[in-house]
Amino acid sequence: MNNLENRKITVIALFVVISLIFIARLFFIQVIDDSYTSSADNQALRYVTQYPARGIIYDRHGKILVQNQAAFDLMIVPRQVEGLDTAAFCELLNITEEEFEIRVEKARNYSSYRASIFQKQLTGADYARVAENLYRFNGFYGQKRTLRIYPDSVAAHVLGYIGEVNSRDIERDTVYKSGDFIGISGLEKQYENVLRGERGREVLMVDVHNTVQGKYQDGALDVAAVSGVNLVSTLDLELQKYGEQLMRFKKGSIVAIEPSSGEVLCLVSSPNYDPNLLVGVKRAANYQLLAQNDSLDPLFNRALMAKYPPGSIFKIIQALIGLQDGVITENTGLACNKALVGCHNHPAATTLREAIQMSCNPYFHQVFKRLINKGYSSNYFEDSALGLDEWHEKVSKFGLGQRLAIDLPSLKSGSIPNVELYDRIYGKRRWAISTIYSVSIGQGEVEVVPLQMANLAATVANRGFYIDPHLVKEIDAEHDSIIHYQANNTGIESKYFEPIVDAMQAVVDKPGGTARKARIDSIVVCGKTGTAENPHGEDHSVFVAFAPRENPQIAIAVYVENAGFGGTWAAPIASLMIEKYISGTIGDTLKEQRILDANLLFEPIEN
Amino acid sequence: MVAIYLALVLFGWISIYAATYDDLHPSIFDLAKNHGKQALWIGLALVIGLIMLFFDTRFFETFAYPIYGFALLLLVGVLVFGTEVKGAQSWFVMGPISFQPSEIAKFGTALALAKYLSIHGARFDQLSIKLKSLLIIFLPGAFILLQPDVGSLLVFISFLIVLYRQGLSGWIFGLGFIAIVLFVMALFLKQYQWTIFDTLIEGKVAFIAGLSALAAAIYYYLRRRKGSLFIIAASYIASLGYFLSVDYLFDKVLKTHHQNRINELLGIVSDPLGAGYNVHQSKIAIGSGGFSGKGFLQGTQTKFHFVPEQSTDFIFCTVGEEWGFIGTLILISLFLTLMSRIIWLAEKQRSVFTRVYGYCVASILFIHFTINIAMTIGLAPVIGIPLPFFSYGGSSLWSFTLLLFTFIKLDSERKYVLR
Ligand SMILES: [Zn+2]
Repeated sequence: MNNLENRKITVIALFVVISLIFIARLFFIQVIDDSYTSSADNQALRYVTQYPARGIIYDRHGKILVQNQAAFDLMIVPRQVEGLDTAAFCELLNITEEEFEIRVEKARNYSSYRASIFQKQLTGADYARVAENLYRFNGFYGQKRTLRIYPDSVAAHVLGYIGEVNSRDIERDTVYKSGDFIGISGLEKQYENVLRGERGREVLMVDVHNTVQGKYQDGALDVAAVSGVNLVSTLDLELQKYGEQLMRFKKGSIVAIEPSSGEVLCLVSSPNYDPNLLVGVKRAANYQLLAQNDSLDPLFNRALMAKYPPGSIFKIIQALIGLQDGVITENTGLACNKALVGCHNHPAATTLREAIQMSCNPYFHQVFKRLINKGYSSNYFEDSALGLDEWHEKVSKFGLGQRLAIDLPSLKSGSIPNVELYDRIYGKRRWAISTIYSVSIGQGEVEVVPLQMANLAATVANRGFYIDPHLVKEIDAEHDSIIHYQANNTGIESKYFEPIVDAMQAVVDKPGGTARKARIDSIVVCGKTGTAENPHGEDHSVFVAFAPRENPQIAIAVYVENAGFGGTWAAPIASLMIEKYISGTIGDTLKEQRILDANLLFEPIEN
Repeated sequence: MVAIYLALVLFGWISIYAATYDDLHPSIFDLAKNHGKQALWIGLALVIGLIMLFFDTRFFETFAYPIYGFALLLLVGVLVFGTEVKGAQSWFVMGPISFQPSEIAKFGTALALAKYLSIHGARFDQLSIKLKSLLIIFLPGAFILLQPDVGSLLVFISFLIVLYRQGLSGWIFGLGFIAIVLFVMALFLKQYQWTIFDTLIEGKVAFIAGLSALAAAIYYYLRRRKGSLFIIAASYIASLGYFLSVDYLFDKVLKTHHQNRINELLGIVSDPLGAGYNVHQSKIAIGSGGFSGKGFLQGTQTKFHFVPEQSTDFIFCTVGEEWGFIGTLILISLFLTLMSRIIWLAEKQRSVFTRVYGYCVASILFIHFTINIAMTIGLAPVIGIPLPFFSYGGSSLWSFTLLLFTFIKLDSERKYVLR
């Protein structure tokens, strides 16, 4: 029996061996292999993205231009959908059962376990209705998002719009994940980095039925979303709104700048659209509609992108360069020689003031000739080329022929012809004043965009310099909240501006001035009309102005397409804008009504 | 030993608390929840334990057969009047109280075996004694097979350890081991086939060829010995027959869910959402505990019901997830100490009855411990069998308490018994 007693050793050894096997196995799955840990996380934890609220954009007086509204994405986790009353669910969401099947299939193809979007961006009210019933539908939950809302439906072209990131955005910048929003145009695009904020994350514990059981580790791993930074725009909401009203049923644009700061007060492009159309799920469809409207092209931002010849307004620049170069003085009189270039009938200009006031074409033909033929070379053509080179440099200092440093994307530079261009068109040393004279009066190869003309008005208002025009004055962050913009000098001494300013005041004030319709009794307005030749039809009506004459508060450029002479439509619109901005009220309501009633389109806009 | 018992019971209790914890019922004594009820069961178990200590030792010896007989009656009764739970007709349900007669059968069989061997154990080398011992064990085993309750059946097989101590040849375990190996190989090889020299060779054929070669090799090695040819030929034929019949046994005798669990365990089929769900989730829960665990009440897998049966059969997951490797190490050490201690004390007994009974208790604990933990860590197929003292449930807790405290009582009188 003794040997049997020893069998206890065998039995205990068996216990020990089994225990050791367990310990070894446990050591492996608990300590060495950490794939189980991540599996556990994937199952029991739900990482909910906290989308940040995008920065709000205010106007210069703190009124809201664009803010956020709550919306909800209805998410689906296909594996958890069970015992669904499909008919009731479809009725709730107002979709067909076929549509339901398609979406579920799509979600399943993405992943059975992970959440994907079943229906995008339900508005707060719609979602509230769905949320009440969500307990009946396993596998669905709401994910909070924010959508843009524009309380006054203004400044669509300036503010721009946002949309979901595409694969290229995600590739370019790892900050973005599928489903994020990104600014696509306007300020939304320009200031994307500050507006977007930072995505947050909430780690929730869910049970096997996907019911949320609370925060994991009491929220220790949660990352709060950081809201986007708010912007204070330079726009004046009321002025912008008024400009948009005045431009109804007209094609064209209005740009107004505060000369002393370069702040853009309004930037109207007409026809425009309601920015609320390009929000949320309906964006794609509405965008399509807007983009297909060929004749009106409401998406096109004329203020920054439409290139027109500056017409007579260009004479201001010719005069200023002529004075600075000494080829003329303010008392220079030149004959209205219609053999050089066509003109209307008027008494001969005995001073520069009269020449500008009466907008005499031959006068500026002769000024331009003096500017480009300075006798630098005995060869006439060579001399013209050297002269044009010098002239081009001086014109460029007005911000023409180049992109102004405005904080908006998609700005056109326009063009100021140079030697290279004419050499290409006519051949080297094959051109002179007789070939290129139309430039002297702002026709031909000169092209500008409305913003540049408003900037020119601001430059004259400042008597010689301009500050980079811009649309955002404050970024509501902790540091460097106010942005400083660069001042640019034109190289023209301020004393040379006085005769120009005199002439511009006369344009508006003097009997027989071309812009009598721009007169405001209480405010001294200085302006210059222009007519941009349009080979496709009626000429464009142009007017630039600033006011008041001393310590100007506003410089403005108004373009009305196919409206003929600048004094007829552009000048009164500019004066209304000036009056609205400076006085806050309109004295001449008849003038206002005439503009509001005018339909200068061939077809009415449906609204 | 009582200390280990209390440690296990309390550890089990707080694990059940952690497994079923929710914020609405934070009290550990809430009777609406499993952990609250378990507190009640523990209280009653302690009472049962104390009562056992007041019984006279003679009582157990005297009433060993009647208790055994009563247990058999209950087993028959449950087949007729019992309630079916999870496919096995193994429960008596009377109002709020329900119990498994197989629990009493374990106790009864342990007593009966102890009694029988205390009288006839000295002549255990006789075949008739061996067979009668086996009959005592497998009579209740047979009734349980009819329920059918595979888990409880395994407990009765564990009594073979007792017989081994009594002198049963170790070969029977070797045979059992070979049987399991062949069974596994047969199932495994079914799915394989190779192409050798343009001939498609199925796994089964390859195995038979290998077995034949092995037999030939052994014969060649032992060819001098007398009778070796007969033995080798017999075992070769037996193995081959068994091997070939595995398919049939597997497909026809076992139920589908058992087949699935075995296939899953062997990795023949992988279906983490179906038959393999329990084990898959269980491994994730234990594995995610890491070295030191997630902390008390911090387990996400067990608390949020990813692991099914987390307060009963899969209670080990809660320990693994919340206490980590340290917790499981301590738990295994406690069990190992308890079982070894019982064997150690059993060997010290002068009373054969007490010794055999001690072996029975250790064997029962051992099989529960082995199968339950092996199942949760994916080393054994899923068989519904609780972890002693740990799993939720009055029936099993009382039964283990009864078994253990009876042994403690018997052991306490070891010095006075001269036999
Ligand atoms: Zn003239």
